[in-house]
Amino acid sequence: MRDVLDTIRQWRRQGKRMALATVVRAEGSAPRREGARMVVSEDGEMAGSVSGGCVEADVIYQAQEVLKSGQPRLLRYAITDDMVWEVGLACGGTIEVWVEPLPEASAEEEP
Amino acid sequence: MTTTSPAELQAQLERALAEGRLVAQAVLLQGPGQPGARMLIWPSGQSTGSLGDAGLDRLVIADALQMMARPRAESRDYPEADARVFVEVFAPPPHLVIFGGVHIAIPLTTFAKVLGFRVTIADPRRKFANRERFPHADDIIPEWPQKAVERIEIGPSTYIVILTHDPKIDEPALKAVLGKGAGYVGAIGSRKTHAERFERMAKHGVDPAQLAEVYAPIGLNLGAETPEEIALAIMAEIVAVRHGAPAGFMRTTSA
Repeated sequence: MRDVLDTIRQWRRQGKRMALATVVRAEGSAPRREGARMVVSEDGEMAGSVSGGCVEADVIYQAQEVLKSGQPRLLRYAITDDMVWEVGLACGGTIEVWVEPLPEASAEEEP
Repeated sequence: MTTTSPAELQAQLERALAEGRLVAQAVLLQGPGQPGARMLIWPSGQSTGSLGDAGLDRLVIADALQMMARPRAESRDYPEADARVFVEVFAPPPHLVIFGGVHIAIPLTTFAKVLGFRVTIADPRRKFANRERFPHADDIIPEWPQKAVERIEIGPSTYIVILTHDPKIDEPALKAVLGKGAGYVGAIGSRKTHAERFERMAKHGVDPAQLAEVYAPIGLNLGAETPEEIALAIMAEIVAVRHGAPAGFMRTTSA
C-alpha cells in the first residue's frame, strides 16, 4: 500500500478518480502475495502491480468498470490451461483481486 | 459500532501509513453487510468503522490484534457470520540507521528508500551530515553516536550500518547500539581492522558475544569496488538478514 500512496495523493491533488486493486488471496506460485496493490486512474494510468504483469491489463479494464458502476468486484485469475479464464498467470498459481473505487480522503492535510 | 464515512476512514489510514504507525484494516469481501465495508483496528484494541455487523466486528478485531504480532495480510472466512473478510496489518516500515555520512551512505540511502526503509543519517561532522548530501534521508542527526542514539528507537526492525572508518566515531557507535536488540548491525572495515577494533573494545569491557554478532566485514560478497557497488552489497545483506535467507546464487541454492 505504501508503494502506491504517493501516487494516490498526487492523483487526488490532480482531481482524478481512481480504483484500488488488492491481492486478497494468492495460492501456489503466484508472483505477488496478499496485500500487493495497484492503483488505476479513470484515464487508465496505473501504478504498482498485482502480478508479474500477467493480469494487469484485465485489472485496468475491470477498474474502469468499477469506477463507472461504483460497485466493488472480486476477480479470480487462475493458470492458463483452465480455459474458463481468459487471462492467465504465466507463472502459475491462483490469485483473487479485490477492486474498489478509492474513497475520497477527507481532512487531507496536504494541499 | 461507529459510523465513520469511507472518506474519513481512508484519511485515517493514509495518515497512519504516512506516519509509519501500526494499524490493521479489514474489508468485507462477502457477507451480510455491504461488500467493501471497512474497519480500522488500532494496537490499543480500539476500532474505527464497521463491517456492518457488531458480532463480526468483534471477531475480526480480535484476529487483527493477534495478527499484529506477526504482520501479514490474509483473507479469512467467518462461517459464524457467513462472511469473508480481508484483514491486513500495516507495520511501521523498517528503519536503516547509518553512522557516517560518507560517500557509500549516499547510494545506500537511495537503495534503502526504494526498498521502503526509513533512513536516518548520524554523523557529528556537518560537512558529511547535511541536507545537500542527503536530500532523501528522513532524518539527519549531526551528533556524536552516544548523543545520536538517544534520538533513535532501536528494535528488531532497526538496521544499523557503521561506515566512517574513523575509530573515534565507529567504536562509540558500536558501543552505543550493541545489545539493544537491533535486527542487524554491520560495520565497515577489513578483517584485520575489525579484529583490532574488537580486541580494543573487548579490553574496554564490551561483551565479546555482542561483538561477534556484528556483520563485519560488511556486505555480501559481490566483488564490489565502487561506493555504489559496496552500498548494493550492504543493502543486499540487510535484505537477506531481514528475510532470514542464506543469500547465495538461486541456481545453486536448494529451496
